[in-house]
Amino acid sequence: MTKKISIKSLYKIFGKDPKRAMEYVQNGIGKDQLLEKHNHVLGLSDINLDIEDKSIQVVMGLSGSGKSTLIRHINRLIEPTSGSVNVEDQEITNLDLGELRDFRRQKTAMVFQKFALLTHKTVLENVSFGLDIQKKDPNEAKNRAMKWIDRVGLTGYEKKYPQHLSGGMQQRVGLARALTNDAGILLMDEAFSALDPLIRKDMQDMLLELQEELHKTVVFITHDLDEALKLGDNIAILKDGKMDQEGIPAEIILRPKTEYVRKFVEDVNRTRVLKAKHIMEKINGINTSGAMLVNQEDFLEKFMEKFVQVKPENILVQDERKNNKGVITSKRLSEILRK
Amino acid sequence: MENFLTKFPEMPKETYRAMKKGVDASYKSFAREYGDAIDAFFEPLLQLLVFFEKLLISTPWPIVLGVILALTYWGSRSVKITISTFLAFIFIGYFKMWNETMSTIAIIMTSVLISVAIGIPTGIAMSRSDRTQAIVTPILDLMQTMPPFVYLIPIVMLMGIGKIPGLIAVVVYAIPPLIRLTNLGIREVDKEALEAADAFGSTPWQKLTKVQLPMALPTIFAGINQTIMMALAMVIIAAMIGVKGLGQPVLQSIYNQYFTKGVLYGLAIVIVAIVFDRVSQSYGKRIQKHRSGKLIDD
Repeated sequence: MTKKISIKSLYKIFGKDPKRAMEYVQNGIGKDQLLEKHNHVLGLSDINLDIEDKSIQVVMGLSGSGKSTLIRHINRLIEPTSGSVNVEDQEITNLDLGELRDFRRQKTAMVFQKFALLTHKTVLENVSFGLDIQKKDPNEAKNRAMKWIDRVGLTGYEKKYPQHLSGGMQQRVGLARALTNDAGILLMDEAFSALDPLIRKDMQDMLLELQEELHKTVVFITHDLDEALKLGDNIAILKDGKMDQEGIPAEIILRPKTEYVRKFVEDVNRTRVLKAKHIMEKINGINTSGAMLVNQEDFLEKFMEKFVQVKPENILVQDERKNNKGVITSKRLSEILRK
Repeated sequence: MENFLTKFPEMPKETYRAMKKGVDASYKSFAREYGDAIDAFFEPLLQLLVFFEKLLISTPWPIVLGVILALTYWGSRSVKITISTFLAFIFIGYFKMWNETMSTIAIIMTSVLISVAIGIPTGIAMSRSDRTQAIVTPILDLMQTMPPFVYLIPIVMLMGIGKIPGLIAVVVYAIPPLIRLTNLGIREVDKEALEAADAFGSTPWQKLTKVQLPMALPTIFAGINQTIMMALAMVIIAAMIGVKGLGQPVLQSIYNQYFTKGVLYGLAIVIVAIVFDRVSQSYGKRIQKHRSGKLIDD
């Protein structure tokens, strides 16, 4: 696994004189005090995050947590006050305006919460907008755009204007616009938050399906933990501009580091998030004869029903080649589920 | 003390007279010095105006009427508006007002062209910088509230009576709404759409031409419509400083109490105004038809 995006000690302060406010922050002043005494807002504070290539990184937090500010630092729609953002060994904070434009055109594409479609352009023109900006041959642009319009299921709507489409369809235009750019990094800022629950689920499934074949590096912002757990290979939780916890979904659920995260994960359906390998223990002399066999990649949900029927003492966890990897005792399982 | 309260402490008469004399004299000498240069500077505008006027008057009337009707239909896509326009121009021609109407249309065309050429770039500049907006706004306030008769004086002193001073007066009067609405339209463009333009790597010029101006177009078009209407209103006042067209007979009728003539020419102005307004408005609506519409559910 290689790092695609690396964010190091990133700070963002909003206000008249962020550089001076930065000194106060380095001297240990808090967010509330900074606002009260110096009238500056601490948007992001000492963010460190490495994002793996070809993975979906979810950044989660409530409104005001700085998650949308963070994603805008990756394509520098917002200038950092201090710190570094590195993409494929290219320091984004050092690019001049021309280099930044090339970076945005070739390396990134973005999907927005309120779609941000161009109302005076048709679906086709919207989807080929990125290529149009790059002055690509119009025919090539059209062909590539049509391919993605088809892929998101909007064939037949290419001559319509965005206002003629429902919210879910509009966001599919937004997604197609981003994919047509053929960039390695997909930035999604609360992309599905404005959609109805059912349509949101469809879009999530579509994204996962696309990711299976495209293997983009996706940075996905959301305030919804279920969405985060469903999509994220890795989850970062922000609170008040600070990184509260970062890790794989199972880690977030099993070992919440702070009270804030604990509250978040309390009501999650764990059987849908945890896999056998996440909760198994070393075999160490436990008698596994008569144990139920499961694959280590299976979600608990998959074997819960059988477990309840068979009521075995232990569950033996194996990999693809039937090698024993670990064991889950029935006591351990009920502990995990009771929490 | 009593005197102080009942009578406002004024500038002494002598000083006031000296001040007036001084300002008038220096402006007059400025006019004498640079009048010719300024005339020469505005010469191309005069040529444009004369070209339009000659074109409209010397071309046989059926052709002019045909072109007007074609433009009306192209702009409005409405048979009703086109037929009304046809009847209106027949009325104008039948009552001997054809040439004056053509002169007026020529000056409207010229002044609207100039207003668009100056107004839209100014509006764009205002929208891009709060400082420019802070400087230009009071100037626009001044242009819109100063009675036109007052700024006719220095224009006439500088350039005499004629077409060019008339044209300048019309443009000064008609341009503010276009500048304001261009600025407003661009500033109102959806922030997320602008962010999207940036995120996909637009240059500032691409952002302006592919996103800001097209999205602001309906507002800008409302500005052009306002400018046309105000230019028409000003054409009558500009008749006082020698602008030919429908305004002069109206002025004549006021001085000589020609009731019928006054009403007829007044009606001709109303007709031209309504035609311009309906055509430009329905054109404006047509280009933004896609902005409203039925929702298709998926």
